Amino acid sequence: MSALRPLPRWADLALLPVLNLLLAVLVSGLVVLMIGQNPLTAIWAIITGAFGNGYNIGYTLYYATNFVFTGLAVALAAHGGLFNIGGNGQAYVAGLGVILVALALQDTHWLIVAPAALVAAAVFGGAWAFIPGYLQAKRGSHVVITTIMFNFIAAALMIYMLNRVLKPAGVSGPESAMIAETGRMPKIGSFFAPFNYTPVNLSIFIALLALVGVYFLIWRTKFGYALRAMGQNPTAARYAGISNSKMIIITMTLSGALAGMVAFNEVLGVQNRLVLDFVADAGFVGIAVALMGRNHPIGIGLAALLFGALYQGGNELQYVISGLDRTVVVIIQALVILFTGAMEGLFRPGLQRTFMLFSPEQKAEAVSRETVGKES
Amino acid sequence: MSGTSSDNMQRPETAAAATPANGWAIELEKINKRFGAVHANKDIDLKVARGTIHGIVGENGAGKSTLMSILYGFYKADSGTIRVNGTEANIADSRAALALGIGMVHQHFMLVDNFSVLENVILGAEDSGFIKPSLDRARRELDRLETEYQLEVDPDATIEDISVGQQQRVEILKALYRGAEILILDEPTGVLTPKEADDLFRVLRTLREQGKTVILITHKLREIMAITDNVSVMRQGEMVATVKTAETSPEHLAELMVGRSVLLHVQKDAANPGKTLLEVKDLVVTDDMGITRVKSVSFSIRAGEIVGIAGVSGNGQTELLESITGMRDQRSGTVILNGNPLSLKGDDGAARARAAGLAHVPEDRQRMGLITTFSEWENAILGYSDSEDYGKGAMLDIAKAKAKAAEHIKTFDVRPADINLKTALFSGGNQQKIVLAREMDRDPDVLVVGQPTRGVDIGAIEFIHNQIIKLRDAGKAILLVSVELDEIRSLSDRILVMFDGQIVGEAEAATATEGQLGLMMAGVVEERQPS
Repeated sequence: MSALRPLPRWADLALLPVLNLLLAVLVSGLVVLMIGQNPLTAIWAIITGAFGNGYNIGYTLYYATNFVFTGLAVALAAHGGLFNIGGNGQAYVAGLGVILVALALQDTHWLIVAPAALVAAAVFGGAWAFIPGYLQAKRGSHVVITTIMFNFIAAALMIYMLNRVLKPAGVSGPESAMIAETGRMPKIGSFFAPFNYTPVNLSIFIALLALVGVYFLIWRTKFGYALRAMGQNPTAARYAGISNSKMIIITMTLSGALAGMVAFNEVLGVQNRLVLDFVADAGFVGIAVALMGRNHPIGIGLAALLFGALYQGGNELQYVISGLDRTVVVIIQALVILFTGAMEGLFRPGLQRTFMLFSPEQKAEAVSRETVGKES
Repeated sequence: MSGTSSDNMQRPETAAAATPANGWAIELEKINKRFGAVHANKDIDLKVARGTIHGIVGENGAGKSTLMSILYGFYKADSGTIRVNGTEANIADSRAALALGIGMVHQHFMLVDNFSVLENVILGAEDSGFIKPSLDRARRELDRLETEYQLEVDPDATIEDISVGQQQRVEILKALYRGAEILILDEPTGVLTPKEADDLFRVLRTLREQGKTVILITHKLREIMAITDNVSVMRQGEMVATVKTAETSPEHLAELMVGRSVLLHVQKDAANPGKTLLEVKDLVVTDDMGITRVKSVSFSIRAGEIVGIAGVSGNGQTELLESITGMRDQRSGTVILNGNPLSLKGDDGAARARAAGLAHVPEDRQRMGLITTFSEWENAILGYSDSEDYGKGAMLDIAKAKAKAAEHIKTFDVRPADINLKTALFSGGNQQKIVLAREMDRDPDVLVVGQPTRGVDIGAIEFIHNQIIKLRDAGKAILLVSVELDEIRSLSDRILVMFDGQIVGEAEAATATEGQLGLMMAGVVEERQPS
């Protein structure tokens, strides 16, 4: 049993992530310093690059939209004790569903195309996660292995589809035909001027709905109860009559459907066609987002915004400071993931001790806890 | 002997104050140990006379294990002095304890299963980098020890091939091989048949005759009475009394342990069995490794009857229980509940069993009966969350679930009465009450209970037993599995004995003797008596 008292909720949810983020920024600053640039200038460039004006904010929100979807996908599975690292593949395959539906319906109206494409994204993304889910539930193949393998299979499949099936005559690159004007979902910039010329589109509202929806699903429904029960203790779940195999399959399918929403944002909202590698590793960023957001929709929303800002601000950075190219930005992003995600617990013991020292009646206790073992 | 007078800290009931003929093996003075807010040992004084068997009893969490861990060097006391054979000792780790001649036999054996007895004995006490000379020396030494203490074990047998009782002997031999003069045994009989326990006691008496000192930690008062010379009672971190065993009684010890008088024997009226509610026919169950653990078991339980399954742990009781309750697929056979065959296939068999009126208090509440990271109210609906009582359709009605949890806490006197507290933070007895309250709530036809009082305090045991009997008197069928023979005998109306996956005997609880049951538990009686 841990000797240290748990942190107050606010410290756990707000203070700790902020401290981790500050550490990441600090180390990133050192990297920038080593390259011979001014870290403060660089940080300011990232901040203004992400939030400086409507154009920048629009881009930040566009990236954040993707990360909300993949972050929720990882978090939902994680509540069931499943580690879905196949968000990339699921989103990629979902793109196939979106483009097939969109091209088929492109001459109707975008109001018809969009809901159909949404469903297609969910179905294709869900199907791509259903298979690993089924394999774990019925055959015992671990989803960590199968989902990552399915990323590669998805990549190969999509290259084939783009080159051999979807590529229209006369186009040289591996990409599908463009969706006709009538079938294109409008971007937010078309009715909200500050976001003009930015890719942020109606998908962001789907992302917000998804955040609320996942919260309700996990904490307000019987399914969510069963999901958390399985995630915390599969044996007790079985004792409770919850079919683990059924839950694994449903959860993985839902998780894949959420990841598939990335395709809705990218293919229908931005590109209007299917291109190679449109997912751009959003699936993996989703793991960091879920980790940093503690698998809670509020945390995921904030973490997605942070990573969106880093992506957008990082892109701007290379135009502001000539010595810093995209590679440095990737290093900074990696450090943020490292400190906020993987090394999330770094400050916890120290912070717990600090908290105990600050409350007088606990001071003596905190000192005596230094040499604690487990209780009898 | 140290010059410090010990008289001023003797408590009224403390006997054996005068220095015994052989002197003191262990003297503990004012030992204190805190774990954060928990004061596990408060000013503990304990004196163990050399060449005696000294029992230490107390409820779970009374601080027995902590005290022994301090003696064996696992923990360091916050304050207090330890004297071993009259000399003040600083026991920093178990190596230091061994150097002082203190050996420990843990409740859970620390043996390497696929090593031979000999290899296990020398493990960690090898003479040099080469193993052969150590083995040869150990073989001679073991030979001597075995004859001296009548501890027959084949030195070349592999641990996994020998019985639990023999494994325990290996643990004792390990300690003796390392030169232990003072032997601490932590709940040594928990895994033994009555016969094996008797053998152990014989060994302990021999050890005493040879001048060794034995400290026996147990919660079984019967054993204390049978074998110890003196007994110390701990309660809530304090040493409440040390008495001569000959001058006390189990009732008196129980009262000292709990702090109030306790009914050691369950009060119940004669059973009034009605129609058959649960029928098990030719049940065959295999475990996860594919080994057949239940070999064609058949029995039935009637309304208003408690049927106990006695047996040494690991003879198929767990698999039988898990199969009947839908936790584990059967190879073949049928379970008939209230006249209807139960389909228990698939991994949601437990849901169908519940729907058919079967409630289940599992053997291992922490692994199975509770989700310890969930709050109390979330556990109060485990297994019943799909019911319309807790929300219509797909939604979970948290307010209703919490109301139910509060009701359970009130009727079963769960402490602390906090429905938002994580169940991991409740004591064993209160955790068990949470499970029982939930399982009894639905007025089940059949209640299957595994180890109802394992790790539960004496005070709570009484309450839990009474609840089970109340359910029986309400005309329900109850299947009880316990490794505590006393519990089986006092609660059950009819006793089935399981050995090696089969029911080898059946007896009326009122007439069955312990010896008779013990023989069956050891597999000696092969035939099932007609009932």
